[in-house]
Amino acid sequence: MQTSEVKIEIRNLTMAYGSYVVMRGINAQVKRGSVFVIMGNSGSGKSTLLRHMLGLQRPAQGDVLYDGRSFWGMDDEARGVQLRKYGVLFQSGALWSSMTLAENVGLPLVEYTDWSACDREDIARLKLALVGLSGFEDYYPSEISGGMRKRAGLARAMALDPEILFFDEPSAGLDPISSRNLDELILELRDGLGATVVVVTHELASIFTIADDSIFLDADSRTMRVQGNPKELLEHSTDTKLRAFLTRGELSEQGATS
Amino acid sequence: MVARTSAGALRVSLSGNWRAPSGLPGVEMIRQSLGATTAEKFLEFDVTELTGWDSRFVAFINKCVALSREHQMNFRSDGLPEGVRRLLRLANRVPEKKDARLATSESGFLQKIGELVFRVRQDVLAMLGFLGENVQAIGNLLRGRAQFRWADAFLVMQQCGPQALGIVALINCLVGLILAFVGAIELQRFGASIYTADLVGIATVREMGCIMTGIILCGRTGAAFAAQLGTMKVNEEISALQTFGISPLEFLVLPRMVALILMMPFLCVFADLISIVGGYVVSVSMLGTSPTVYFGRIVHAIQLKSFLLGIAKGSFFGFLVAFAGCFRGMQSGYSAAAVGEATTRAVVTGITAIVASDGIFAVLTNALHI
Repeated sequence: MQTSEVKIEIRNLTMAYGSYVVMRGINAQVKRGSVFVIMGNSGSGKSTLLRHMLGLQRPAQGDVLYDGRSFWGMDDEARGVQLRKYGVLFQSGALWSSMTLAENVGLPLVEYTDWSACDREDIARLKLALVGLSGFEDYYPSEISGGMRKRAGLARAMALDPEILFFDEPSAGLDPISSRNLDELILELRDGLGATVVVVTHELASIFTIADDSIFLDADSRTMRVQGNPKELLEHSTDTKLRAFLTRGELSEQGATS
Repeated sequence: MVARTSAGALRVSLSGNWRAPSGLPGVEMIRQSLGATTAEKFLEFDVTELTGWDSRFVAFINKCVALSREHQMNFRSDGLPEGVRRLLRLANRVPEKKDARLATSESGFLQKIGELVFRVRQDVLAMLGFLGENVQAIGNLLRGRAQFRWADAFLVMQQCGPQALGIVALINCLVGLILAFVGAIELQRFGASIYTADLVGIATVREMGCIMTGIILCGRTGAAFAAQLGTMKVNEEISALQTFGISPLEFLVLPRMVALILMMPFLCVFADLISIVGGYVVSVSMLGTSPTVYFGRIVHAIQLKSFLLGIAKGSFFGFLVAFAGCFRGMQSGYSAAAVGEATTRAVVTGITAIVASDGIFAVLTNALHI
């Protein structure tokens, strides 16, 4: 494995559903250990970009590189190994509904480690405790609240001590306090696990709290506008669309009336 | 409602209660007066006698706005109630996105046929692709390299086997009764009612037992498979499996497939027995055949190869049901409606496949003298 600073590189990516192009010409680099935010308005293709980074969807053109290696250029075995380095938190948690929380966290361990059942149980308990769900090991996903499901999903994402954690709209459907707690949890886990974090969100508060780096996708021009730290972008960027996004449209309305 | 002209403006007076449940005037009158006159530059409203309005009133005014624009007239909203003006402003703030309206082109008869052929072609290709992936997964299973849990397969077996015994028994008992009835009435005319037992035995073991069981399982279990997998897809559970590098095919589809293929032969034997008992009831009670004679005829009539053929077909139908259910489930879209559609299509595909393949079996076995 290379030890370069760049963990993930998106190279000239074009995303399409059939002949309908969602976005083209996306170039970005994610640094090791950073929190990288994909921002954009609703419907701009943020989640689609995430699905491309996860390898759930094949790019129409361009490539996604992990540690300098092309994801789609690998053979099946190497891709399987690569997939094990991910942890993903889906929008609604996406827990397997026929298993208890402990089994959900434990399944990746069953598949990829030869630890004893006892060890696996300890790990599952630990991961659930990390997200504040001690004591809920034997609950089924349908028996807990949406916020808890999301945290359980996070515990599962961390099961294999991933190098990269992906979050799809972590604050969607959460109240402001839970959402803030989740942001803090993300930062703590990043520091604790030393993982690289990729977050898709349009929640301004969390963008400014957690992001080291970001890109902004624009639905109208169907491409990315800029890459950079959102705080700096807010101060220095001259891109009107991005400024409108980062200020909830207040600046652009002033501009329109004056 | 009156349309009057005064000083270069077309003034529309609106009166009465526009909340009334029915009988509101259309815009035709205004369209006519607009078409007849060219001198007027403004369209304005007088609502002093208006006593009530709701959204239909706003829609009416909105149409008038569009009409006035068509005739290059200016629209004066001063006369309208404040609330109506606000709603009009809101409705016209974002200009209509011209390309957002879906094109509804009339397609001709031939075009429809062509489109249908293309859809069928795509469907068949997708099905073959899924079949290929499954064969690969079964290969992995045989080499012991599949991400497959027997615990899951046993759970499905329990759901589609023992728990389905009640309905399988009921339906097959009735089928046995019906077969015996039809046979008895016809055969009695030849004085050959003793052969009712032969008829029930052969028809059940070769055809009816496995077909009826297949169709019951298709409606009961195949539909459940499609709904389960479809919901898992909507819920992103399948994506979650993929991101862990776990193949949904090996982890979800294979156990269901294996369970049905292994369970169907047992269900078929059970169905055969129950159906023969159904025939027995009719033969003994209606025709007065003695039990010993009935079972004697049955044993005599059923050949081992017929029995084995029925069992083998049953297993194959089990595969078809699981295949249709899982295929449609995995194909499902990301909404509740799509899951419903997937379930429907699973049952339709499954039953069609069972009956069609049974036809092929009939021709083949005839040619091979089995």
